[in-house]
Formats: sequence, C-alpha cells, structure tokens
Amino acid sequence: MKRVSLIIALAVAAGFSIPAATAQTLKTVKDRGQLSCGVSQGLPGFSSPDDKGNWTGLDVDVCRAIAAAIFNDTTKVKFVPLSAKDRFTALQSGEIDVLSRNTTWTLSRDTTLGANFTGVTYYDGQGFLVKKSLKVNSALELNSASVCVQTGTTTEQNLADYFKGNNMKYEVIAFGTADEAVKAYESGRCDVFTTDVSGLYAERLKLANPADHVVLPEVISKEPLGPMVRHGDDQWFDLVKWVLFAMVDAEELGITQKNIDEMAKSDKPELKRALGTDGNLGEQLGVTKDWVIRIVKGVGNYGESFDRNVGAGSKLGIARGLNQLWNKGGIQYAPPIR
Amino acid sequence: MTSELRKPPSQFLLTLQRALGGRAGWGGFILQLIFVAVLVWISYEIVSNASENLKAQRITAGFGFLANTAGFDVNQSLIPYAGSDTYTRVFFVGLLNTLLVSVIGIFFATVIGFVVALGRLSPNWLLARISGGYVELVRNLPLLFQILFWYLAVLAALPNPRQSVALFGSFFLSNRGLIIPKPIGEPGLEPFLFALAIALVACFALWRYSLRQLFQRGEMFRIWPYVVGLLIGLPLASVLIFGVPVAFEVPVLKGFNFAGGVRLIPEFVALTLALSTYTAAFIAEIVRAGILAVHKGQMEAGSSLGLARGAVLRLIVIPQALRVILPPLTNQYLNLTKNSSLAVAIGYPDLVSVFAGTTLSQTGQAIEIIGITMGVYLLISLVTSAIMSFYGWRLGRSLRA
Repeated sequence: MKRVSLIIALAVAAGFSIPAATAQTLKTVKDRGQLSCGVSQGLPGFSSPDDKGNWTGLDVDVCRAIAAAIFNDTTKVKFVPLSAKDRFTALQSGEIDVLSRNTTWTLSRDTTLGANFTGVTYYDGQGFLVKKSLKVNSALELNSASVCVQTGTTTEQNLADYFKGNNMKYEVIAFGTADEAVKAYESGRCDVFTTDVSGLYAERLKLANPADHVVLPEVISKEPLGPMVRHGDDQWFDLVKWVLFAMVDAEELGITQKNIDEMAKSDKPELKRALGTDGNLGEQLGVTKDWVIRIVKGVGNYGESFDRNVGAGSKLGIARGLNQLWNKGGIQYAPPIR
Repeated sequence: MTSELRKPPSQFLLTLQRALGGRAGWGGFILQLIFVAVLVWISYEIVSNASENLKAQRITAGFGFLANTAGFDVNQSLIPYAGSDTYTRVFFVGLLNTLLVSVIGIFFATVIGFVVALGRLSPNWLLARISGGYVELVRNLPLLFQILFWYLAVLAALPNPRQSVALFGSFFLSNRGLIIPKPIGEPGLEPFLFALAIALVACFALWRYSLRQLFQRGEMFRIWPYVVGLLIGLPLASVLIFGVPVAFEVPVLKGFNFAGGVRLIPEFVALTLALSTYTAAFIAEIVRAGILAVHKGQMEAGSSLGLARGAVLRLIVIPQALRVILPPLTNQYLNLTKNSSLAVAIGYPDLVSVFAGTTLSQTGQAIEIIGITMGVYLLISLVTSAIMSFYGWRLGRSLRA
C-alpha cells in the first residue's frame, strides 16, 4: 500500500499545486535556493549515490549543471530517487523541477504526459543480458524464454513488439524497481534481463559474478534518453534545454574544466559569445552572462562528464559510439550559442 | 368562561428542527449548513484547481485512454490477453488477478487460522505451544518481508526448468513454477458434469431430510453410505456409458520453458502463501478469542450430554463463537484483499501493478487511474462486507430461533 499512497499523495499534490508555481519554475527554484531533480533509484553511471551519499552520474551532472548555471553552486540540488512508474507523476505534480532519469524520448510521452523533452543526454538502445551458461549467442534464440523487466518503461513495450515481430513466445515478469528485476534474474526466475544497453552494463556490475553474464549483440530499439520538464513554462524549458547544449558546445569548442580560465581570456568571437565576455546571451535565458563558465567549472563539458561517469574513465567503460560529437563520427550535435 | 387554548407549535416544524439541528436546535442547523458549505467549497477548489493545472500542462483529462492499445504483455491472465489489446482489457486482467489471489488467500487463511486457533486451545501441550509460536512469529514480521522471503526462498530452492523435479512424468516443479497437465474437455464431459450435479443435489436433499428427521422425530438417519454411493456411482456410470470426460495435455520441455500444460507461476504461489499465512495468524487470534468468549458452561453442558470434544466444538461452541468472530474476521478479509497490492514487489501482475503501475506511467492519467483503482478496491471491500453481514444476519437469525 505504500506505493499506492505515494501515488495518491502525488495525484492530490497535482490537484493542489498552485498554477502560478508551474509557470515560473525558475523563480520558484531561485526563491527556494535549491533545484529539485528527479533521478533513478541507483543506476551506476547515470544516477547513483556513492558511499558518502553524494549522487554522481551523467544524469546527475545535468542537474548539477543547471544548479551551477542558476546558483554557481553544483551542490544546490535535492535529488529525488524515483521508480520508473512514479517518475512522470512526480514531474506533473511539481514535486520535482526537472526529471533527469534515463528516460526515453517518445511521442506519447512528449504529448499526453504534459511534459517536454529538452534534449538527448545519451543515445541508447534496448538489449538483453543472459547467463553465459545458457550458450545463447543471439536474441533470436530466445524463443520461449522468461524475461525480467522493470515496469513502466518503454522496454516493456519494445519487448512485446520484438518477440511478436519475430514470432517468438516469451513470458514477461515485470517488477516495480530495477533492483527487484535484477534480483529475480539472478535467482534464476528469468533467463533474460532486458533494459537499455547502458543499463545492462551498469546492472551487470552489481551482480555477484559479472563475468558469468553476457550482453547479446542485438539492439532492438532506439532509446534517446534525456531530461524532461513540465509543459507550460517556456523559460524553464529553454534554460534546461540550453544547459545541455552548452555542455555539448563546450566540448566542441574545446573548453574543459582545466583550460576554462584561459579560454575566458580568448579573443575568438565564438568563445567570447559562449563564455559571456561578449553580449548577454545568458541573461536572455534568465541566468548570468558567465553561465557557461559556471557549468564547465562545475561539471566539465559533455565529453568530460561522459568519460567520468560512463566512458573510459569509469567502471562501465562504455565507448562513445553514437554519443561522440557529430564532427567525430557520432550524432551528438548542439545548436550554436549565439 | 372559556380559556383559549394555547396553540401548540407546529408538529412538522418541531420534527424538522430536531432532525436537522439535533438537540442544539436551529443554531446547530446553521452550523451544519456552514460545515457542508465549506466541504463543498473545498471539493470545488480541488476539482477546479486540478483541471486548471492539467489544462496548463496540456494533459488530456478523461477516460479516452482506456480504448488505446496497451502494447505490453502480462504473464498471468485469466482471460485471453495480448499486447495488442486495450487498456480496458488490462484493467480486467489486473482485477481478475487481484480477485484470484484474494479469494484463494482468504480460503487458505481461514482454514489455517481455524486450525491454529483450535491447536492453541488444545489440551495437548506441544500442539498448543507450536500454534502459539506460529502466531507470535508470523504476525510480528512485516508482510512485505514475508512476501519477499517466500518469493526468494522458494525460488532459491527450486532448480531451473531443464533440471526440474518431475512427479509421475507429468507434474514438473522448477523455478518457473509448477506445471501440471492441462485438462481438455472430451465428448464425455457434459454427461459427466450433469451426473455430478444430480449427485450433489440429491446429497443436499438427503442432508435436509436427515436434519428434519433428527429435529422432528429425534431419529438419527445415517446418510453417508448413500452420499458416497451417489457421488461416486453416478459420475462413474456416466464415464462407463459416455466415455472419459477429460484428456490431459502433458507438458513437454521445449527450449527454455515447458510447452503445454497449466502453470502456477511462483509469484502467485509466493504471494498466496505469504498473504494466507500472515492473515491466518490474525484470524487464529480472533477465532481463539471468539471461542473463549463462549461461556465455559456451554462446553461442560455439551460434555455432560456425552458428546465428544469435536462434536461439542462443532455443534455448540463454534456457532455461538461465530457471532463474536464475524466482524473482526471481515476486517481480516478486507486487509488481505488490500494487502495483495504488495504484489508489485515480486512482479505478480495484480491491479496495482498492471493498471495503477504500467498503465499509469504509460498514459500519465494519474488522477483518473488512481480514482478508478481506489473505486475498485472500495467496491471489492464493500461487497466482501455485505456478504459477511448477510452471513452474520442469517447466523443471528438461526441462533435466536
């Protein structure tokens, strides 16, 4: 009943929240002195608390970057861990200001949920994790398998599409949280655990013997993951959108946490525009001129954050792949800051 | 001299005043009016605010989503269901799964509860201590942990499908659940069921007849040989004449899982087990209290009539105890039904999991879906209460008679 009462509380909150608050999120956040950010319940690389209780990850960095742009302080964020099925209700009700929780951008979520996606932090796709001992080499050999999945995700629907499309039977067991699904997979209830490929690598780290499990080569869906904000507040939508663009642009311009102070002195017009020494682009977003400097000093550029959390510099060791910049073979592309 | 009689105050007004204002009179009536007005105002504010907020966020309100395609699968469904069905269908799949686990849970909880209560009251020292220990252990641990314990403990103990435990070559037990042969109707099924129905009706009539004999003439009429004869004889005759009623489809291991047969999924088994053992501990205490509430003299009177302990309990003590037991027992039935919503923790597809969970997060219609779900639980609970009240009313009538 605990879960139900949480949802009821959120639904009631949706009824009570004052309309003015939804329209002026930036002002509300500034008055509160803190950003409220919805994250996962612990997905290494994207959002998970370390042993000291500090949240780290790629999704977490987006929230820290927003806090840096507003307050020049990456710690002014309250992280709200949410299960997949509670996340949208929390956003709708105003419990959180931004949802940065490995959430797939789809048309129906962009419209009927009353929310907007602000960009793509990670281009992902759905895959399958199986035990090596099953000697399965392809997802097409999974006919009649039992599959563990987290409920309330696009994963659940892709799974139905994939097995139906390939005329295969399967049994789905849907759990409230990813941890419960992984535990059931580990205990042998399922042959397969499925989620986004990045998630598979992250969850595999939590298993007793990660080497006994293998991620199958098939990627069965497009999963562009990104942050979400509520409908009806364009200023806030713009700000969250451009914080992510700024991180990507910073990487493209070669601005890093190390060289940011030298870059700020540069005479190059595009650097001067981006770093606020020329013009007032930041103020148009409702923050200060030096917003990009604050972001990069706080969390680094997109590439730095990627490497630190999910890439070569992390335990996950995921290759950049699609998430490389557009001019280096990937598809990460941000509109220019001008 | 004629004294003019004082006109009595209008009887109608007096009644109205008393009905509306109670003892406080018109003042009380005004207070009530204000209270109702405040309530109406608050609910109007909630509704209008909610609809305004939804409009501001451009969320479509209403129940149109129920006709949309669900697009996800469910691993246990009592009615045919596929991912291409609508959310309405999902709702009924979830509802039936909730009802299934509740009804079966209530049955087992009642049986275990009565047995444990009788055990605790038994003069046998060991039996009484074991029953007492069971109650104290089970009712003092949180239900969610018990559900997880049964689920993970049962799963950990069972082998994978390829090494499943086979019984008679047709029952298979593995961590995918218990797979049993599936009965398929044969031409002999209808006559078989017909014969069985006749036998049951005849047995019932015999029982009523024997009761009447006992009460009106004081004669014991031994009916069990006839009952056994009817229940076995008639269906057997139908099988001999019309052929076997059912054939069985034996499950076969194919790929990862068994094909064919009927499957009890471990989620269902664990949830039913946890709910019924947990609620049974409370029921046991309620039954024990009910039995102890019956005066000791009733038991002694029964014994002095020469009845055995079992007969005294069955004929004298329990019918009187039931009057005390029923109201709190109803509470436990309602609790069990509502607690079944913890199913989501172990992936059992109940109403909360598939409808208030997956459907909610796919459609975002939080207010509508939570409203429907709460309404359904309310309805289930009210129906359960009504059935129990009816039973209590009949019981009270028969005890007074």
